[in-house]
Amino acid sequence: MTIKAVRLDMDRLIDDRRTRIIVCCGSGGVGKTTAAAAIGLRAAERGRQACVLTVDPARRLAQSMGLTSLDNTPRQVDGVEAGSGGSLHAMMLDMKRTFDEIVEAHADPDRAAQILANPFYQSLSSSFAGTQEYMAMEKLGQLRHADEWDLIVVDTPPSRSALDFLDAPQRLGRFLDGRLIRLLTVPAKAGMSYMKVLNAGFAMMTGALTKILGAQVLKDAQTFVTAFDTMFGGFRERAEATYRLLQTPGTAFLVVAAPEPDALREASYFVERLDAERMPLAGLILNRVHTSPASRLSAARSLAAAETLETQDGPNGKGATGPRYAIAAAALRMHAERMHLSKRERRLAEHFTSAHPAIPIVQVDAQPEDVHDLDGLRVIGTILSRQGS
Amino acid sequence: MTTRDTDWDGVRLHVVTGKGGTGKTTVAAAMALALASAGRKVLLIEVEGRQGIARLFDCPPLPYQERKVAIGLAPQNAQGAGQGGDVYALAVDPEGALLDYLEMFYNLRRTGKALTRLGVVDFATTIAPGLSDVLVTGKATEAARRRVDRRDDSHVYHAVVMDAPPTGRISRFLNVSTEVSGLAKMGPIKTHADTVGRVIRSPQTAVHFVTTLEEMPVQETLDGIAELRELTGDAIRPGGVFINMARPAMLDRADLAAAASGSLDVTELALGLKAAGISDNHGLAADLATELREHALQVALQDRERAELQASGRPRYELPMIPEGIDLASLYQLAATLREQGAA
Repeated sequence: MTIKAVRLDMDRLIDDRRTRIIVCCGSGGVGKTTAAAAIGLRAAERGRQACVLTVDPARRLAQSMGLTSLDNTPRQVDGVEAGSGGSLHAMMLDMKRTFDEIVEAHADPDRAAQILANPFYQSLSSSFAGTQEYMAMEKLGQLRHADEWDLIVVDTPPSRSALDFLDAPQRLGRFLDGRLIRLLTVPAKAGMSYMKVLNAGFAMMTGALTKILGAQVLKDAQTFVTAFDTMFGGFRERAEATYRLLQTPGTAFLVVAAPEPDALREASYFVERLDAERMPLAGLILNRVHTSPASRLSAARSLAAAETLETQDGPNGKGATGPRYAIAAAALRMHAERMHLSKRERRLAEHFTSAHPAIPIVQVDAQPEDVHDLDGLRVIGTILSRQGS
Repeated sequence: MTTRDTDWDGVRLHVVTGKGGTGKTTVAAAMALALASAGRKVLLIEVEGRQGIARLFDCPPLPYQERKVAIGLAPQNAQGAGQGGDVYALAVDPEGALLDYLEMFYNLRRTGKALTRLGVVDFATTIAPGLSDVLVTGKATEAARRRVDRRDDSHVYHAVVMDAPPTGRISRFLNVSTEVSGLAKMGPIKTHADTVGRVIRSPQTAVHFVTTLEEMPVQETLDGIAELRELTGDAIRPGGVFINMARPAMLDRADLAAAASGSLDVTELALGLKAAGISDNHGLAADLATELREHALQVALQDRERAELQASGRPRYELPMIPEGIDLASLYQLAATLREQGAA
C-alpha cells in the first residue's frame, strides 16, 4: 500500500503573478542551484521578469549564464527566448562585498573605515559559517526592494543544514541581545572603566576572557562591537523584515532533496520548520531519481535471466570466450541493479510522503550528464513542469 | 610484526573533506574501520553537529565524550582473519571544546561554564568563526598527540580521522593559525592556535578529498586542493583523492562505444532475452538498450572526470556505489576496499 503524493504544478506556480519570491532550499549537493536556475529560465521564457540569486554555482553553469564577473549586481542572461516578453537576470552573491556595502551605506565614512579595518570585521565578513546566510537574506531583501523584477528565485547557501538560512536572523538577534555584547559595550557607552561599572563577578569574567583571548583581542572585539552597535539595530531590522517577507503569500519555498536518507531527513526537518514558522511551502523537488524505462521487468527476474545467460555456452561451444549473449547478460545485470536502486529510492520517498502526505512533489530523473548550459536548464525546466506521472 | 606499508604511514590525523552529498562521513568511517586493525585504537571525530557517525554505526547520538562505536576491520593474514582494533567516536562542538581547553590549560572549568552561560561561545561562533574552528581542530590535534601517560609515551590513538567541514570551507577551517593571527597578535589563544597549526602543518596530518565522478564535485576537489596549497603556501598537505560511488563498466570498451552511439544491435539483445526465457514484450530490448546507452554515457563521463582527477597528482582510491545503501556491513566492505588499495 503506497501513499500517492500530490503532484507539484510548477507552471502554475511560476505563471502566477502573485508569486514574487521562490526560495530553493535543501542540504548540500542535491542540485539546488541547478533547480533555481532552471526555474528562473523557465519563468523568464514564460513571460516573467525573473532574477536568479545564486550563491555557489558550478563554474560551467555560471559561465553559461554569464556569471563570470563578480560585481554583486544582477546581469542579464543572454540566449533566453524572450518571445513572451520575459527576461532573465542572474547574480552570484559576493558575501564580503555585500557586507562592506551595508557598512558603507549605514555608517559615516570615518566609522565605516574604522569598521572595515577591524580584524573582527574582516574575520566575520570573509568567513563562511553564518555570514553567507545573513548576506543572502540581505541581498534578497535588497533585490525585492529594488522592485525591478517580478520574480526572484533564490538558491540558499550550501550550509550543513538547510535550516541555517532561516535561523540566521534569529541568531543575529540572539547575538545582539546577548549579555556578552552588553558587557563588551558597557565601558565605551558609559565612558568609565570596567571596575567602576561592573561588579566583581563581571570583573572575574573579563579577567578570564583576557586570560583566554589576550587583552588585545578583547579590545578589538570591544572596538568592533561598539563601532557596529549603531548599525546592528538596522541590520537586524532588515533581517527581520526579510524574514517577514518570507512569510507572505508571495513567497514560495521549494525544498530540494535527493532520494538519500540524509537529504530527505533534512527535507523533513525543513518542511516541519516552514510549517511552524507559517512560511508558504510550495512543494518538494525530488532530484536525481533513478527510474527505468523497462520497469516491467523486475530486479529478481532480470538477475535470474542474467545468470541463465551467463551459464550458457559461448558461441563456439563449451569453454569459449564468454557466454553467447554477453551484452544481453550485462544489460540484464545492470537493469537488476538499477531496479534495486530505484526501489530503494522509492522506499525513501515513501517515508517522506507518509509523514507529509499533503506536500506536492515533483520528481526529476537523474541525468546521465551534468547540466551546464541553457539547453540543459530548459530540459530540467520541462521535467519540473511535466504533468501527470 | 606484520605491519604493512600503507600510503599514509606516519599520518596520525586524517582530515576528510568533500562536497556535500559525496559521502564524506561514509568514507571517514570506512577509513577509521580500515585503520583500526589488530589492537589499534582509532578515533573518529565529527565536527558539524550532524550526528552522522551515530546514524552510520547505528548507535545513540554521540555526546562530547569518546566512546567505542565499532570493532575495526580484522586484518587478513596467513592464519586467516585476525583481530580487529577499536573505533572510538566523538562529536566535537565548540562549546565542549572551549570547556576542555579552559580546563586543560587554565584549570578553569567552572569559569568556562559561566562564560558559556554568558554566551561567549555563541559570541565567538558568530563574530569570529575562526576562534571556534581553532577550538574544534585543537581537540582533534590533542587527541592525535595524546600519550598513554607520562611514563609511557606511546600514543593513545593510532590515528584520528576527522569528518571535517565541506571542501568549500576546509582551507580556512584548517588554516587556523593564520585566521586567528589576524585577530590575536599575541596572547594565549594565539599560542594555542600556533600549536594546533604546527600539528596540522606537519607530515602527521593529511587532508583527504572525497568526490564522486561528477563534474561539480570533481571541480570542487581540484579547486579545494589548489586553494589549500595556495592559502597555506604548501604547508598543509593534500592527502588522497577518494572517489566514492563509482559505477563499474558493465560492458567492454567496444560495446560501450556502440551503446553510447546507439548502434548496439537491439535484435541481438532481443535474442538474448529470448534465450533467457524473457519475451521481448512492448520493446523491452529497446528499453534495455536505452538503459545501456545511459550507462555508456555515464561511464564516459566517469572516465573524463577520472582523467581530470589524475591531473591533481594525488593518490587516488576508488569505492564502488552500493545500490542497497550504506549499512554497517557495507562500511566494512568499503573499509576492506580501502585497505586493499593501500589507503590504510
